[in-house]
Amino acid sequence: METTLIYDGSFDGFLTAVFTAFEMKLKTVKIVTKQRFQEPLFGGSETVYTNQEKANRVWAGLKKKMSTDEVRRFYYAFLSEKTIVEDTLYNAIVYVFASKKNVGSDFTNKHILDIAKLTKNVGREKHRMEAFVRFKLTKDGVYFANIEPDFNVLPLIKKHFEKRYADQKWLIYDLKRKYGIYYDLKKVDIITLELDANFDPTKTSSAIFAEVELEFQQLWNDYFKSTNIASRKNMKLHVQHVPKRYWKYLSEKNI
Amino acid sequence: MCFLFVYIVSLQSKLKFLGMSFERVQEKLNILADAAKYDVSCSSSGSNRTNTNKGLGNASASGICHTYTEDGRCVSLLKILLTNYCIFDCAYCVTRKSNDIKRAAFKVQEVVDLTINFYRRNYIEGLFLSSGIFKSADYTMERLVAVAKKLRLEENFNGYIHLKSIPGASDELMREAGLYADRLSVNIEIPTEKGLKLLAPDKNRADFIKPMIKVKNEIIQYKKEKKLIKSTPKYAPGGQSTQMIVGASGENDMQIMYTSNYFYKNFNLKRVYYSGYVPISYDTRLPQIGTPVPMLRENRLYQTDWLLRFYGFNIEEILNEQHQHLDLDIDPKLGWALRNLHEYPIDVNKADKHMLARIPGLGMKSVYKILKARRYRELNWDHLKAIGVSLNRAQYFLVCASNKFETRDLTAEKIKGLILQNSSSKYTDLLSNQLNLFG
Repeated sequence: METTLIYDGSFDGFLTAVFTAFEMKLKTVKIVTKQRFQEPLFGGSETVYTNQEKANRVWAGLKKKMSTDEVRRFYYAFLSEKTIVEDTLYNAIVYVFASKKNVGSDFTNKHILDIAKLTKNVGREKHRMEAFVRFKLTKDGVYFANIEPDFNVLPLIKKHFEKRYADQKWLIYDLKRKYGIYYDLKKVDIITLELDANFDPTKTSSAIFAEVELEFQQLWNDYFKSTNIASRKNMKLHVQHVPKRYWKYLSEKNI
Repeated sequence: MCFLFVYIVSLQSKLKFLGMSFERVQEKLNILADAAKYDVSCSSSGSNRTNTNKGLGNASASGICHTYTEDGRCVSLLKILLTNYCIFDCAYCVTRKSNDIKRAAFKVQEVVDLTINFYRRNYIEGLFLSSGIFKSADYTMERLVAVAKKLRLEENFNGYIHLKSIPGASDELMREAGLYADRLSVNIEIPTEKGLKLLAPDKNRADFIKPMIKVKNEIIQYKKEKKLIKSTPKYAPGGQSTQMIVGASGENDMQIMYTSNYFYKNFNLKRVYYSGYVPISYDTRLPQIGTPVPMLRENRLYQTDWLLRFYGFNIEEILNEQHQHLDLDIDPKLGWALRNLHEYPIDVNKADKHMLARIPGLGMKSVYKILKARRYRELNWDHLKAIGVSLNRAQYFLVCASNKFETRDLTAEKIKGLILQNSSSKYTDLLSNQLNLFG
């Protein structure tokens, strides 16, 4: 009989659920977030409460079985938030713990290969966000950017921006997931904003942003046009590199 | 009175930026970015400059393209000329002396301010500064170095800086340039000396090579010292690069790639770029305006470049007296494979890295995946497909754990025809004539 374990959506919550499944020696398990949970027709369900200690034990166990890079892939895949990801990860974890030698790169195993593919997707989105974030200087001297990434990559890009913009205050806000990371010159905090109903994230309102902001956007936009070679135009390649769904927050595509 | 005061404040804040008018900077940027765009290098990788004492920026080792132009090229750096005034008259160049275009020149501080403000908004990875040559080589090089120095020392900027080495610049300036820049480059532009004589009569090859040698030697020297004394400053950690124009002066692929190989070997270059000539003049020595840019040829040259640098091929294997041109309809690796059918089929479950890399349709990423995956079990067609191997090309050149593989004794011509039948190239329009031969 299948048991459904319900967790809070956090990575530690998921690992706690894995711990619980092993602890209860469950045969067939389904792990879902409480948002996605639907009462099953057959079988039971149980809510798992995130437990740091249990989560750490599972994570430490995986680290012992695989290389750093291979373990990292499990976290990346989790951040993809795909509906099947809990199943894939759980099956892969069962496989990893059941094997004597390290199978973290056994790409002939479907689950391991799927994790590698998800990692690639999430990694690409992380890299895109490092590239496509466009800061706008507010009147309060904060460099502000809003994004809507396909996957939950804020935890992954934090370090990059922290290292790079160490001498300016900045805030990157994920409009889709309704939270952001804010750097106050000392440390990065996770914050949520109460956005005004009139706030249009695609515009640069003079009420919020510094006066020079539009000038720099204009210069950037001009530069973007000047550096193009018209006789080599290749829109297919352009859109492949900068997919249309990202255009609305890229100032060079929007003035 | 009060109203007037408000007006003055708003005017001041407009002028505050760069200490001068926005419109003037805007005009300069348009002219000098437009003139710099024929330099194809965009790379911001290979340097690892960490952010020290909470300054601004760091150079990320993998490089980041912040956007792409409509021609599909990466925009990573603010790529501009300091000025497009030039004392030379090279036929292939837009900023040549005799060309009737608008001229402009940035002040050092303007370039610094633009770079910093673009960088803070996450538009760019850094600056790529080139220049027309005004007055003399040293005078120009001095200005370029001044920009880099100001960015590093006054603005505490750790982002990427790529400077052009001006042909003929003094050793002393080149040494200083490398202390502030991540990468230095001299574009040799024309692959052969004969071509250079024809198109740029007042330039000579030795002037291009002089700063290249200096920088190469300094890089070696600094690396050696760094091993002994850890506090030795970085010297051009991103190395050197150069660029050649393709299709302007009649060289064949063999001449271009042999020149490229010579520069890789003798000057330890990180990259050689190939730039399909974009017609910009009615000079009778050059392809006329309206002639299409040789993009497909450029693509094949890059593929060859990759085969040399990452796949362990020798230049003589791909281009030699018998084969002076790369095939346009198939990639150079497939071309080599078809000429050397006796080396195949290769067993993916046994062959070493170098042999795997020679299977058409297999990139290095797939090669590494295969090497890892085959430790667990013998790989079959399904495994290869899941890994991402392009079987359309690869199937004729490999065997795996399966009894289904090509048993017919196919000729090179036949294999080529079969592969082309089942593939579609983005260059199909360009190739349609040749495709008919094998259709």
